[in-house]
Amino acid sequence: MHWPLVILVLVIGTFGFIMLYSVAEGDFEKWARPQIERFVIGFVFMIIIGLIHIDFWRVCSPFVYFFGIFLLIFVLFFGDYGGGARRWLEFGSFRFQPSEIIKVGLVMFLAIYYDWLQPAKVSKIFWVCIPATIILLPTALVIPQPDLGTGTLIAITGLTIMFVAGVHYLYFLGGLLLLPGLLGLIFYSRGTSWQLVTDYQFGRIDTFLNPTHDPLGEGYQITQSKIALGSGGLEGKGFMQGSQSQLDFLPQKHTDFIFTTIAEEFGFFGGVGLLLMYSVIIIFCIVSATTNKNKFGSLLTIGLTTVFFTYFFINIAAVTGMVPVTGVPLPLISYGGSAMLVVLGTFGLIQSAHIHRLLKRD
Amino acid sequence: MERISFRKDLLNKKLGRRAFILGASQLVLVGFLIRRMRELQLQESEKYQLLAEENRIDIRILPPMRGIIFDGDGRPLAKNRENYRLRIIKEKAKDPRAVLKNVSSLILLRDERKADILSEIERKKPYIPVTVIENISWKDFIRVTVNLPSLPGIVPEVVFKRFYLEDNFLAHVIGYVGSISQSDLKTISTVDPILQIPDFQIGKVGVEKGLDSLLRGKVGLIRHEVNASGRVIRKLNEDPSSSGKDIHLTINTLLQEFAMYRIEEFSASVVVIDLETGGILCLASSPSFDPNQFVEGMSQKDWDSLRNSENQPLANRAISGNYPPGSTFKMLVAIAGIEAGLIDPEELINCSGFYEISDRKFHCWKALGHGDKNLVEGIQESCDVYFYTLALRVGIDRITETAKKFGIGMAVPLPLPGVSKGLLPSKSWLKTNYKKQWVKGHTLNSGIGQGFLLSTPLQIAVMIARLATGLEVKPQLVKAIDGKPVKNQNKRMIGIKKTTFSIIQKAMFNVVNEKTGTAYKSRVVDKSKILAGKTGTSQIRKISEEERLTGIKKNEELPRAQRDHALFAGYAPFINPKYAISVVVEHGGGGSKVAAPIARDVLLFALSGAIPALNAYPIDQRNEVRLTLDKIREKSALKKTKRG
Repeated sequence: MHWPLVILVLVIGTFGFIMLYSVAEGDFEKWARPQIERFVIGFVFMIIIGLIHIDFWRVCSPFVYFFGIFLLIFVLFFGDYGGGARRWLEFGSFRFQPSEIIKVGLVMFLAIYYDWLQPAKVSKIFWVCIPATIILLPTALVIPQPDLGTGTLIAITGLTIMFVAGVHYLYFLGGLLLLPGLLGLIFYSRGTSWQLVTDYQFGRIDTFLNPTHDPLGEGYQITQSKIALGSGGLEGKGFMQGSQSQLDFLPQKHTDFIFTTIAEEFGFFGGVGLLLMYSVIIIFCIVSATTNKNKFGSLLTIGLTTVFFTYFFINIAAVTGMVPVTGVPLPLISYGGSAMLVVLGTFGLIQSAHIHRLLKRD
Repeated sequence: MERISFRKDLLNKKLGRRAFILGASQLVLVGFLIRRMRELQLQESEKYQLLAEENRIDIRILPPMRGIIFDGDGRPLAKNRENYRLRIIKEKAKDPRAVLKNVSSLILLRDERKADILSEIERKKPYIPVTVIENISWKDFIRVTVNLPSLPGIVPEVVFKRFYLEDNFLAHVIGYVGSISQSDLKTISTVDPILQIPDFQIGKVGVEKGLDSLLRGKVGLIRHEVNASGRVIRKLNEDPSSSGKDIHLTINTLLQEFAMYRIEEFSASVVVIDLETGGILCLASSPSFDPNQFVEGMSQKDWDSLRNSENQPLANRAISGNYPPGSTFKMLVAIAGIEAGLIDPEELINCSGFYEISDRKFHCWKALGHGDKNLVEGIQESCDVYFYTLALRVGIDRITETAKKFGIGMAVPLPLPGVSKGLLPSKSWLKTNYKKQWVKGHTLNSGIGQGFLLSTPLQIAVMIARLATGLEVKPQLVKAIDGKPVKNQNKRMIGIKKTTFSIIQKAMFNVVNEKTGTAYKSRVVDKSKILAGKTGTSQIRKISEEERLTGIKKNEELPRAQRDHALFAGYAPFINPKYAISVVVEHGGGGSKVAAPIARDVLLFALSGAIPALNAYPIDQRNEVRLTLDKIREKSALKKTKRG
């Protein structure tokens, strides 16, 4: 067991409870208590997953992937609307997004693929097309939900594993050259009969490009978020003293925008402190991956670390107005059940890979 | 040991390198986040702190209560009345049509009104409130208020609205308030935050305008901490508004009302001055208007008919009407003559019906002439030829000098907009304005109060007040401000000999009380209320020599606009006078016939404090007078019952 990692997860989770207590204006029952309950369940879940043998997860990998694909197809037809998109599945009182499952499934499936593939074939065009298809399938299913952000993240996560697995640089360079063309095509399609993304997605992009244009509409969130951050200053306004969050100027202050309250009440120190804790998790995991003799475990760790990284990076970049708002939670802190379980589950898998790192498979 | 085996594995080496590149680039990206946060939280922090404060604090302006206007007896004339109203803000209503439909299910709202509101909403910016309905009952107001959750964007408000209790009886004096216009802003020099309150009302006319700065009061501020939905969390501090000052006017409402009824059918004005205090008791101008219409808002049609009416109901004739004073001016010519020692009051001057000068005939109103008359008789019978002769002897400079002492052509400092100075012509005035030489003909015209000479009814009242007392009576309209009495003007003696005044006062007594006096018909028989004064008939048209030969047309035969103005200036009682009056009836005809009876009725009312008793009138007139007074009594009673 990687104990420093376990402790770091506990510390960040606890910090989350404190913030949820603050944004609820001192109401423990509102968000903090349910969050603690879920965290405890997720934490036990993480330990159990970590203790299960890595070979079991290896076997599971294709099933997780295809189960995720199945759920994505299912949600397209039977999912619930939330925040303008059909991306939720509901089982009784339990709501979750299948796109969370597929992120893990994709990483597992690609890890087992490269574990299986002979290293010499990695850059052969045929053996590049197969993982590309594995990546494109869930991406193509998520975008029409519509969820451009998650689709992009899934693609980036997959490409990261391909990169680490040793696919030749030129493929990535080629892809990079194709990207501007693709973006151009998307914008060109606006308003035509074959529009590639929906009006809602264009609206999000517009808001990002010019948030002050419509201060009480879509850009309101981001404007208020920046005010909260900026007014926090170096040391912050103090615990439970953030006027922006306490007076409800921040929308989704307990979910996607919770980072703004952290930065408002604890200032630059608080925000950067959290970022450093996240960075230490990244470093721990990358170090663990590079010292892992088991290729599956190594790739799995790197992939899941990237998933974790994209969560907090996209979240904070969005609330600071660097990228469009895509509805990504702040991992381990934002209020919400399914994201919490998935994040703790991935740490379980990372732990399992770490525990069995010396097992070399032929 | 572990490390060596790792190095051997080429593939693992590549994986490790790429994993390192990945991890490093992720940390670089975290670096970008930190840089962005430094930008927001450290470099631009001040700007965002200000924005957060702006978010948090809502500053509301507390409009002050406008001062109340009372009459001399403490009766309120202008008050502030609660107005329950509903307004709608489009931005919050989202779908104003549906919201208005919901409103109309609670209170009566006509379809056409709804259409008006919707078109107004379209014209205005989405955050500007638009009035849905005003002056609704408390019950309706509550009904809407409890249903607010289903009426997004509807703002129920209680505002105070000006209300004028004496509607058209004091409209010209009190005036009215209205929203600030662009032209108002140009004339207001001091920057008062109060003026930024949307649809704040300021005085537009009358005392409301003249004393606006006192009545307005001082604005208050209230600072609230609010949350994102604008809900008040707590009060931070409050700087209360202070209401405007209460004003007590010198006006006697009952007298004013009586005078207004008395001149109702004319275009006329009546001014009564209290000789003790200089207080203006009555400042009536007819026709009038209802100032409440201006506050409530009137239709374009009503406004046009008020503004374009031939009778000019909006004009305050008493202070801004310029009329030739006519024969009422003759006393001043006489005083100038006596004081200069140029006329012996007993000297007889012959009147043959006209005065000839450089081949031009100046006629007396009595075509056949008055014969030999002394000064008192000249005034008493208003002989024009006597005053032609006298004016020429005295000269225009002395006449002008004396007229100034009695306030003719002088500004009257009253807190009312539009007080006219009238016009007192002099040699230099004619030269600068008309590039003409003053000739004897001009002096003759001035001698009988005609020609260029113009004065307001107020100035004539001041003149007669000074003639009656020998004191420099200064009129005032404000009795007290916030309960503190306004100091009486110093009443200095006018530098004129007492004996001179005695002669003039005797003449004014004779005008009313001698058989040959021009106002003999308007005499008062009650010994304690004896009236003295002077008639005036100011001629509007030029009468040709031809017409004089064939017989001058009577006023009744002329179109109204060509008829003479009827004037009377007087005071009562003759011994120890208390009140001075001036009455001007536009195109009323003869002063003795039209103006003097009005003056008598009003002064008798002032002296008795009620509709005068008939025993003050000569026996033969009582029937006629009774008819007039009964009519007024009826109207007054009707008005009282109407107001409950």
